[in-house]
Amino acid sequence: MNEDSPATPSEMMIVSAARALAGVRTVFVGVGLSNIACNLARLTVATDLELIYESGVYGARPSRLPLSIGDPTLVSGATAVIPIGDLFGFYLQRGIIETALVGGAQIDRYGNLNTTVIGDYHSPKVRLPGSGGACEIAINCGRLLILMRLSRRSFVERVDFVTSPGHLGGKGERERLGMPGKGPDVVVTDMATFDFDTPEHEMRLVSLHPGVAVDEVRERIGWDLRVADSLGRTPEPSAEEIRLIREELDPGGIYRRESAEAKGAPK
Amino acid sequence: MQERDEGSTVTGKLLSMKEAIGRYVEDGMSVAIEGFTAFICFAAGHEIIRQGRRDLTLIRMTPDLLYDQMVAAGVAGKLVFSYLGNPGVGPLHCLRRAVEKQIPRPLEIEEYSHYGMVARYLAGATGLPFFPLRSYTGSDMPGVNPGIKTVRSPYGGEEIAVVPPLRPDLAILHAQRADREGNTQLWGLVGAQKEVAFAAHKVIVVAEEIVDAEVIRSDPNRTLIPGLIVDAVVHEPYGAHPSYAQGYYDRDNDFYLFWDRLSRDEEATVAWLEEWVHGVDDRAAYVLKLGAGTLERLQPEKAEAAEVDYGRYR
Repeated sequence: MNEDSPATPSEMMIVSAARALAGVRTVFVGVGLSNIACNLARLTVATDLELIYESGVYGARPSRLPLSIGDPTLVSGATAVIPIGDLFGFYLQRGIIETALVGGAQIDRYGNLNTTVIGDYHSPKVRLPGSGGACEIAINCGRLLILMRLSRRSFVERVDFVTSPGHLGGKGERERLGMPGKGPDVVVTDMATFDFDTPEHEMRLVSLHPGVAVDEVRERIGWDLRVADSLGRTPEPSAEEIRLIREELDPGGIYRRESAEAKGAPK
Repeated sequence: MQERDEGSTVTGKLLSMKEAIGRYVEDGMSVAIEGFTAFICFAAGHEIIRQGRRDLTLIRMTPDLLYDQMVAAGVAGKLVFSYLGNPGVGPLHCLRRAVEKQIPRPLEIEEYSHYGMVARYLAGATGLPFFPLRSYTGSDMPGVNPGIKTVRSPYGGEEIAVVPPLRPDLAILHAQRADREGNTQLWGLVGAQKEVAFAAHKVIVVAEEIVDAEVIRSDPNRTLIPGLIVDAVVHEPYGAHPSYAQGYYDRDNDFYLFWDRLSRDEEATVAWLEEWVHGVDDRAAYVLKLGAGTLERLQPEKAEAAEVDYGRYR
């Protein structure tokens, strides 16, 4: 891709997610776009960012784009590599991980996430991967940054299965249940960004990516969407952000392709 | 102190894969071939398929391509897991066929989260009746898995999730090196290898290299599994391919991508198993069939650790 060509929707997602990590010290990283976003943040707005992977890596310095969260490049040069039990116990439950990047096949207005099944659990239409570490990450991590492509089949009125709790029924239900983490904070998509800054902790449109109209967002959401009074425009990526993504972080364009849909999403 | 004659028939733990699987794997038992993305012992799984075992309960946090292949080959009756995916690539098509369409046969599933699985291994490994963890609150997972319960803390009354101990009949664990007694050293993503080893009733260690006890003793902090709990040791270079062994070979990502395409088709999957599992005698034959070009492609550059000095205290 030409360095001068405009930012693609995937690149808007990566840049928006990276900016949402400004000043963060510790982040739970996933694969694909999440990984590129965290590495971009470390090179731009969060230079002290420690990349943490659920495979048991703290302070990774990958010298190539990791192919999975268990890539050997995450081990070489890391600050620490530890048993998975230690990662979840000492790092996550102990409360020292500020932010996690997560996603799912389905999300509802309170940020509850489904990565388990589409349809009935016992006779699923589509069997998805399941929790992995997502359930405990959603409960314990300081806050969640959700990264998903906007589509009506993903942003639904009711998720088929709550794998990872968001704000549950809203209105402070997490706090009442004693969950340590504050839950979903930002949803970054390929068209717009959302927050949960309402008394009910309901998702709210706060920023449209360049060239996107409110109605285009609304028609991809399965409930009556709230829009912030101060609805803004996501600033265009800088030339440097684009250069880092295209030349250093994903030179092969493996994860930026528009076809690289959320893995396991229903067909 | 009198040293035992390593490798003599006194211990006789060093077996071929064929012997180890033949001796320790029986129809209907529960088997955990662990390793988080790394150290997944495909060599052992393929030998289990070749020996035609049936109705196994397969246990793994991330079933990965190995259990996808084993389920496609019909060896499993049940799967205990926490994440069903082809890591970094997409879904596991054979496992999806088994769960969604009962192909080639029905597969019972029991699922936890990652920490839930580790917590089960920890309870099993340390002789506890359950293990508490801060998870599952607000999730639908406890609703579909009666094994996930809550208890009230006797110290203040807080409600906390608990999971039951998991004690596989057999654990098969891959590592970089072990001695003939099964004292095993591992570096890189150690995953839950230690926890599974201590949780299991029997343990087979599969190593890239068999080393002298002196090598192990030169770096005792790196010993994850003591030979005391190991029943058999198998020397199997490239035994984790297409997954990897840190510093020895990289993950064969081309294969993970290839499997994503191939395994969508049931017949193609069966044909692959015929050629690459049933069609080879053992891992050495598989490695030969892979060819030198593949091995060369997967060879990492060196990145050695700084030396540490344990000191000698007389």
